[in-house]
Amino acid sequence: MSDKQYVSRDPSVAAHQLGDEMMILSPASSTFYALDEVATVIWNAADGVATLEEIVAGKICAKYDVTPEAALKDARAFVERLAEHGILHLSDQPLAEAPGSRTEQP
Amino acid sequence: MNLPGNPVADLACEPKGGIVQSRDESPRGAEGAPVSALSAREEMSGMKAAAPRSSMVVEIGGMAIRLRCGDPAFIDWLTSRYAGYVGRSDEASFDFEIELAPAGRESGNEDLSVSWDSGCWLMERGDFRAEWNPSSGRGRVQQAVNPYSLDSVLRIMHTLLLAPKGGFLVHASSAVRNGRAFLFSGVSGAGKTTIASLAPPDAHLLTDEISYVTREDGRYFAVGTPFFGELGRVGENLRAPIECVYLLAKGPENKIESIGGPDALRGLLGNVLFFARDTQSVKLVFDAAFEFVSRVPVRRLTFVPDERVWDWIA
Repeated sequence: MSDKQYVSRDPSVAAHQLGDEMMILSPASSTFYALDEVATVIWNAADGVATLEEIVAGKICAKYDVTPEAALKDARAFVERLAEHGILHLSDQPLAEAPGSRTEQP
Repeated sequence: MNLPGNPVADLACEPKGGIVQSRDESPRGAEGAPVSALSAREEMSGMKAAAPRSSMVVEIGGMAIRLRCGDPAFIDWLTSRYAGYVGRSDEASFDFEIELAPAGRESGNEDLSVSWDSGCWLMERGDFRAEWNPSSGRGRVQQAVNPYSLDSVLRIMHTLLLAPKGGFLVHASSAVRNGRAFLFSGVSGAGKTTIASLAPPDAHLLTDEISYVTREDGRYFAVGTPFFGELGRVGENLRAPIECVYLLAKGPENKIESIGGPDALRGLLGNVLFFARDTQSVKLVFDAAFEFVSRVPVRRLTFVPDERVWDWIA
């Protein structure tokens, strides 16, 4: 995979932040995810425009006492895990947010 | 650096009824004569003065649903089943026609399906098939004569009606004490019925199985329901502001611990009833649960199953 890795939240998921923690529900699998403070920073920055490297450098290393190499390694493992669950998307190209699959209801 | 992202909880789903009977594609009346919703309604309107009672209204959480059936004996049975929750016939906002299918054809525990199609909610399980048009307020259900199918249809309807308003149904017993409602939530065996059965005389039981949560002006209320569990007792038809939710666990001593953030939401979501699996419906339930735990304390109650636990609930 290219060094440049773009990350984007799946538009179908529901997410709420409570304090420093992000709570996410995937409607597709009815599965609940809870992210800690650092993971929440990445989640919030995953807009499909910023690369993971930029997020780590600008949002993680600037705030937390961690080396860029260690932070990027952990961040890659994290986003790949969420991508396996389909709630985050990865690409070596910028990602436009796809429309969610919504069913019209009253 | 810790970056958790593993799934930690699945949501609750509807428990299947103890007696599951097959859906009959050609529903017939109690005497074996073919019955259709339309013909039954026309007959009732034409014979209103002389005919036995052909409908009743069940009102839960302020939502009144008229239930019609061509078999007066079944209406009488429903009136008895939902005693305490029978509303006036002119109050109903929704109208449901019940078509009774013959009993005795077991089909096994089929999965429940709730879907939205062409302006209607479709609900289907082995023992019933129902549709409901929210715009017209009308619906119909085909079911065998048993106490479980209609309970399930009503629970589904109420979850669909509550969700846009920020309310929900949750696997929990609940009781009102000193004007405040307490919910005791947990999976089967956690102690919902046990703690309800231990309630002192000054506690008013709302349900020992399925609690009904409404949101009004940003405040949350618990209301009584006729949905009961092992206790076999219909809850009192009362309404009170929710003081807190206890997530139940049995243990060697009574203990209350505060729970916050993800643990509270995870614990609640694991017990909230939701049926429709489309994105919008699931989001509504998630939003409702999130808002709830943001405003109502959630605590873990470990308890010894005797009446002393109620010394801690006040």
